[in-house]
Amino acid sequence: MKIITTGVAGTMESSDIIVTIEPKENEGIELSLESDVMQQFGKQIEKVIRETLDELGVKAAKVSAVDKGALDCTVAARTMAAAYRAAESTDYVFKEVKSK
Amino acid sequence: MSERLRRSMLFVPGNNPGMIRDAHIYGSDSIMFDLEDSVAITEKDTARFLVYKALTTLSYGKKELVVRINDLSSGIGVMDLEAIVRARPDVIRLPKTETAQDVIDCEREIERIEREAGIPVGSTGMMAAIESAIGVLNAKEIAFSSKRLIGIALGAEDYVTDLKTTRSPEGVELMFARGMIVNAAKAAGIMALDTVYSDVNNEEGFIAEATLIRKMGFDGKSIINPRQVAPLHAVFTPSERDLKKAMAIMDAIAEANARGSGVASLNGKMIDKPVVARAQYLLELYERSKAMPVEEV
Repeated sequence: MKIITTGVAGTMESSDIIVTIEPKENEGIELSLESDVMQQFGKQIEKVIRETLDELGVKAAKVSAVDKGALDCTVAARTMAAAYRAAESTDYVFKEVKSK
Repeated sequence: MSERLRRSMLFVPGNNPGMIRDAHIYGSDSIMFDLEDSVAITEKDTARFLVYKALTTLSYGKKELVVRINDLSSGIGVMDLEAIVRARPDVIRLPKTETAQDVIDCEREIERIEREAGIPVGSTGMMAAIESAIGVLNAKEIAFSSKRLIGIALGAEDYVTDLKTTRSPEGVELMFARGMIVNAAKAAGIMALDTVYSDVNNEEGFIAEATLIRKMGFDGKSIINPRQVAPLHAVFTPSERDLKKAMAIMDAIAEANARGSGVASLNGKMIDKPVVARAQYLLELYERSKAMPVEEV
């Protein structure tokens, strides 16, 4: 997935996170993170963002995130939405859950 | 009739992470994640990702999980299905259902996605919300349109707009729609689910409406605030007097059956098959509600 513009997803509400993804010339993910729970969960939030971008095949991007205590699934959801917006793509891919 | 209780179906806005996280703690029988009216048109994509990730990641225990998608004519509805069917909720709620064909069209998309994703065909349930004058007139055909349907629901806000009237505390404007929907649902052997009561600060009005719809034969109601769970469940829980009467009826008929008769008498009143069926249903409802205790909010 190629990032071609600025994509933003999320809000400043409690339990949410705003993820902004912008184009970057060289390969690699440049990530800056602000969080109310930086000490306890900063590394985990960064891990979820990087893993989500990796799954989407994003090779080059500048990412900034402002976290308000989001769960991992919210971090992943906002990252996915911001990435698709930044790629100007609606070719969404959703994996199925095999068992309930 | 499905064994599951659906006294309370709590709407949760699909783009609100805090409410999505906490939705299971309020004791509602079902949680309905909403991708439709509570989500701004510019945020349909973000809400879809959020609900998809919540369904595939979080545990909601034994709660029934329902997702209200956007209607298929908008084009957004099919995009919702592509994500949500793969996340395996119990039920997809189709809004603004006007004809049986609306249900059939939605079912066709669900089945296609189930096949593509290797999900057992038929494992995704459906419910149809009827929200217009034409939808109400077609309630019977809608109720019989798919084996996947667990129930049909009334969506009153759009319905009263269609009628060019407004909602009143007495609900006189909804009498015909409620009558049609409950009759159609029961004829098809599925559940009838009532609309939301939007004045969350008027508990007295809410209880009056819940009492009315229970009496009409509805199985439950959509709600928009967790505070409405406990009073709603109280309305749908049989009273001690009703329970005692139901048990006495069951005892009387058991005694009559032992004598080789299908009819009994209790306190001078005839006890026959429909009376027994009602008593049996009430006792079943009580047993099922005991299994899902109300949690304090």
